Amino acid sequence: MKIAVCVKQVPDTWAEKKLRSDDSTLDREAADGVMNELDEYAVEEALKLQAAHGGEVTIVTMGPERAGETVRKALSMGADAAIHLVDDSLHGSDALATSYAIATILDGRGFDLIFFGSESTDARMSVVPAMVAERLGVAQLTFAQKVDVSGTSVTIQRTTDYGFETVEASMPAVLSVVEKINEPRYPSFKGIMAAKKKPVETLSIADAGLDASQLGLSAAWTVVEDFAARPPKAAGTIVTDEGDGGVKLADYLATQKFI
Amino acid sequence: MSEVLVVVEHADGSVKKVTSELLTLARTLGEPSAVWIGPGYSEAAAATLGEFGAAKVYVADGAQYIDHPVAPRAEVLASLVSEQAPSAVLIASSADGKETAGRLAIKINSGVITDAIGISADGIATQSVFGGSTVVHSKVTKGTPIFTVRPNSTPPVAAATTPTRVDVSVPVSEVAMKAKVTGRTVAQKDGRPDLSEAAIVVSGGRGVGSPEGFAVIEALADSLGAAVGASRAATDAGWYPHQYQVGQTGKTVSPQLYVANGISGAIQHRAGMQTSKTIVVVNKDPEAPLFELADFGVVGDLFQVVPQLTEEIKKRA
Ligand SMILES: Cc1cc2nc3c(=O)[nH]c(=O)nc-3n(C[C@H](O)[C@H](O)[C@H](O)COP(=O)(O)OP(=O)(O)OC[C@H]3O[C@@H](n4cnc5c(N)ncnc54)[C@H](O)[C@@H]3O)c2cc1C
Ligand SMILES: Cc1cc2nc3c(=O)[nH]c(=O)nc-3n(C[C@H](O)[C@H](O)[C@H](O)COP(=O)(O)OP(=O)(O)OC[C@H]3O[C@@H](n4cnc5c(N)ncnc54)[C@H](O)[C@@H]3O)c2cc1C
Repeated sequence: MKIAVCVKQVPDTWAEKKLRSDDSTLDREAADGVMNELDEYAVEEALKLQAAHGGEVTIVTMGPERAGETVRKALSMGADAAIHLVDDSLHGSDALATSYAIATILDGRGFDLIFFGSESTDARMSVVPAMVAERLGVAQLTFAQKVDVSGTSVTIQRTTDYGFETVEASMPAVLSVVEKINEPRYPSFKGIMAAKKKPVETLSIADAGLDASQLGLSAAWTVVEDFAARPPKAAGTIVTDEGDGGVKLADYLATQKFI
Repeated sequence: MSEVLVVVEHADGSVKKVTSELLTLARTLGEPSAVWIGPGYSEAAAATLGEFGAAKVYVADGAQYIDHPVAPRAEVLASLVSEQAPSAVLIASSADGKETAGRLAIKINSGVITDAIGISADGIATQSVFGGSTVVHSKVTKGTPIFTVRPNSTPPVAAATTPTRVDVSVPVSEVAMKAKVTGRTVAQKDGRPDLSEAAIVVSGGRGVGSPEGFAVIEALADSLGAAVGASRAATDAGWYPHQYQVGQTGKTVSPQLYVANGISGAIQHRAGMQTSKTIVVVNKDPEAPLFELADFGVVGDLFQVVPQLTEEIKKRA
């Protein structure tokens, strides 16, 4: 089985995230980069399926040079190889452009399963997996809280507002995972050493056969007009309970017309 | 006036509240037409859509549109966009809604903006990003703008009309049928408002201590007509079902009032509730970071404060 896992490098969850004042894109220099948390769950799920069914796991990322750190992390968790699309002209790509680039890299490589996280922690759009499925014309099995593979058929539990749907398809398929699905492993020392020798294919947009006019900030289908830090919230009223905390809270809710 | 498509969110045949918010917002952009996709369209649904100003309702009635996730919905919308040439498409920011928007964007080669909390008459969307710390104004520059809009961001305002029903029948393609829904498992519904749509959310975290402890949270929620939420610490411990988790990897909520009990305020929790209009925090640790977001906070034991509050609310009702 050939499995791809798409991972994105994002600013560290705990860091304050900012937009750049010059072109309103994410300031990736302002914080350490880490693998998008949900993508770790996607890598884990791919490795578990590989352990059970055999095959190869390839990491795919689009991002600047330093996204190589995230590639290494995925390889040290146990993935076999990676493809890194890096090109200055990708800077500022929106969701349409990103899905175009990822779908083009994946197309024709014979992947049976293509894993994603269900949401990135920086832009939080939750659209790229569905867009890649649309572009490739393959089955969309997203928001999976459980994945089962049997022969060439894949069944997932798709998380819904109140429960889940069981969804089935034949390979190839695009999957995205939610955090409930597993507990990602930590890279072992051996894994970290082994990762250094694993093949990473670095592609420019020309290498990947991508059309530059469809990529980057100037081609974007959406533009940021302006942005501002939200005005700091006025400090609230904090009281200490002295036996009447609930009553004071009720008084507050009454002044705010909630009761 | 230009036509604006509003995709109806519905469950068990009834129109969800977010749809009346979207219709209200659509009226600032043009004339709203609702799009109902799936089985179960009824007179009652038509009445609700009319109440909030839907001039037309396109009805694509049939199980084939929901027996395959997302893809058929995007096909219905793509066909309507090419026939009607609307000036914008509005969809609720639910998981299905966002994915539908994404697939539609590719089909019609248009830009998509997700999680808008407002849209101006000239099509500029407001997004609240990075856990609410930054406000962004953005717009779509190519194609028919597609917006997904967060529930609870526009107060619904009625503008009664009698909508014209227009039946549409779009055949579902082979590709869209590649993934098939073979079963639906619905967890016990609790009879409370939907978490993502509720005007008031009362949540509990690790401080609640046990599954039984949640009775105190539920009692407060019921006295306020609120939905119950939980932090991941509480759902991971199995004290409350996972579908009630608020945060980065749970639901994003933006209610009028959010009452957090025994929740410290980790960044992943904040990501799901930071845009709530009024935030109340009950925590015994005065240093708990969530107090930074509180409009009103009580430092104290939730097992003292919350039951007293519930009693007080009942007394004043
Ligand atoms: C605050 C903010 C708001 C934005 N709003 C918009 C908007 O409204 N419309 C718009 O078109 N663009 C928007 N963008 C740009 C958008 O972030 C990028 O285009 C991005 O690549 C796709 O969005 P996402 O990260 O939210 O993807 P999601 O759909 O949330 O990501 C899901 C999964 O897709 C995979 N993935 C995503 N990006 C990559 C990558 N580069 N390489 C490999 N795998 C990847 C990962 O597996 C990830 O878990 C915004 C960016 C920011 C910072
Ligand atoms: C990938 C990833 C995704 C995540 N996604 C989410 C998410 O979606 N949602 C989420 O919530 N978290 C999420 N988290 C977890 C998050 O980091 C925190 O661990 C979690 O939010 C902590 O929950 P808590 O505040 O209930 O618990 P704690 O941090 O343990 O806080 C408990 C609080 O209760 C108070 N307390 C204890 N007893 C009482 C009492 N009797 N009365 C009053 N107060 C009391 C304590 O003072 C403390 O402040 C995620 C983490 C990761 C790594």
